[in-house]
Amino acid sequence: MNHENGNEPAVYGLLAEFDTPDQLLAATRAAYDAGFRKIDAYSPLPVHGLAEAVGFHKTRVSLVVLIGALCGAAFGYGLQYFMVALSYVHNVGGRPIHSWPSFIPVTFETSVLFASIFAVVGMLAMNGLPKPYNALFNAPRFGLASDDRFFLCIESRDPKFELDGTREFLESLNAYEVTVVHD
Amino acid sequence: MNHDDAREPVFDRAQRMALLVGIAALAATAVGAFLDSGQFFRSYLIAYLFWLGLALGSLGILMLHNLAGGRWGVLIRRFLESAARTLPLMAALVIPILLGIPSLYEWSHQDVVAHDPVLLHKQGYLNVPFFVARTVFYFALWMVLLLLLRRRSPEDLPASSSRAVAGPGLILFVFSVTFASVDWIMSLEPHWFSTIYGAILVVGQTLQTFAFCVALLVILSRYRPFAGILQPGHFHDLGNLLLAFTVLWAYTSFSQFLIIWSGNIPEETPWYIRRSNGGWQFVSVALVTFHFFVPFAILLSRYVKRRGRLLARVAVAIIVVRFIDLYWWVEPSYHQSFGLHWMHLVALLGVGGVWLFFFLWQLRRGPLLYTEDPRLIPAHPHGVH
Repeated sequence: MNHENGNEPAVYGLLAEFDTPDQLLAATRAAYDAGFRKIDAYSPLPVHGLAEAVGFHKTRVSLVVLIGALCGAAFGYGLQYFMVALSYVHNVGGRPIHSWPSFIPVTFETSVLFASIFAVVGMLAMNGLPKPYNALFNAPRFGLASDDRFFLCIESRDPKFELDGTREFLESLNAYEVTVVHD
Repeated sequence: MNHDDAREPVFDRAQRMALLVGIAALAATAVGAFLDSGQFFRSYLIAYLFWLGLALGSLGILMLHNLAGGRWGVLIRRFLESAARTLPLMAALVIPILLGIPSLYEWSHQDVVAHDPVLLHKQGYLNVPFFVARTVFYFALWMVLLLLLRRRSPEDLPASSSRAVAGPGLILFVFSVTFASVDWIMSLEPHWFSTIYGAILVVGQTLQTFAFCVALLVILSRYRPFAGILQPGHFHDLGNLLLAFTVLWAYTSFSQFLIIWSGNIPEETPWYIRRSNGGWQFVSVALVTFHFFVPFAILLSRYVKRRGRLLARVAVAIIVVRFIDLYWWVEPSYHQSFGLHWMHLVALLGVGGVWLFFFLWQLRRGPLLYTEDPRLIPAHPHGVH
């Protein structure tokens, strides 16, 4: 973090720390109900209902996987058709040139291959990963999110965000500590 | 208790209806036996195999659940147990098929076999006494498995009921159903053979049983103990199993087709040639479409899988195509061209009515659900997993 002009770095958001998953869940719901949308919760373990509480309803990964599978099927079938029926026409055991039953296994395999590649790459891309720098780690205690502490972050790009008002709001949710995270 | 009061009359009515329809349809089937005994035995065989599929599928899934566990199985465990306990009934109902051996099976005719080197060679296995002995043995084996799988006391949780039986039992089960399928169905065309045949049947029966359980679960979801317990996640699990076995059916069926198509030798291809001529090709295409592509596409949807009523419709459709699949296995062995006979329907209703009566009787002998099973409900519905 080099801020050569000496200006105070921009505020990324406010991070509230909680002791228990139940507190985190309650706080997240309260923040969502208060109208905050650019929020995210961090927990060392899966908390049932937390994804819904931050307003996360549906992923589009399954759609990406379906598109991948269809692309894979088209690729696999097309590849074989091109090779056997167009590029290098060859009589195999007297069977028809376009022998679709024997194309199916390869078509299936390429569908699975493409679907899984699309799943991994699509998931990473939609999550904005890989992400070598995340401002949250500027908060000294944030590392505990992978140990035994629970965090809720309201980001400054939320239209309802205002440094003092939001800090008061978070403190009213029984947060153990509220810290300002700088970019 | 109010809900229980509402449930009992429904059960009474369903049981009475099943018995009435079953007996009436069996009587009609018996009349048909005098009119056309050949058609009677074929129709009866298909109907019998269809309902036996639910009993055997249940036995297999029970053992699978003992080994693998899971919430999905706890939910339908009592359905499976009751359906598996219809095996003694199915053992009695196999008698008409044994009586129909001369009508059903070409290999039982000495004069045919004497002039056919292939059948002469197979006579060591395909002969009437050995066929009957094997059938008796299969049922004895399945019923021994059933006895060993029973809960030893009411306090037993399903999880503790004999994993040691389920492991070896599942192996014996798949082998015995494979042999039974060779005997009862494959030997209808005694020159033909396929080693994956039994596996297709096992997978089909499992799929049919899951579909049956989903449909029953949705019907019973209004009553205790299911009302209030069933969550979208429960149907999601069962929907995923339906999807998996739909794909597995397609996988095994296509494997058989691909191998025979690639081999292209005259011992193997007649089975498919029969089923791609004389109208049967439309049934074949319908099976590929409605036994695989359509349910596969629908069951990909999370939306459908999480809604019991939608999933139940898919399940009922799967049950119907399971019958068509069995029909497509058996009937072309006798008829070059596609045809329907009224006896197919009455035999299906006859065996089905009696089977359902027996099934409901077994189901009502215990609770509908082992509510004490801890796997039924997530430990902390709103807390930590």
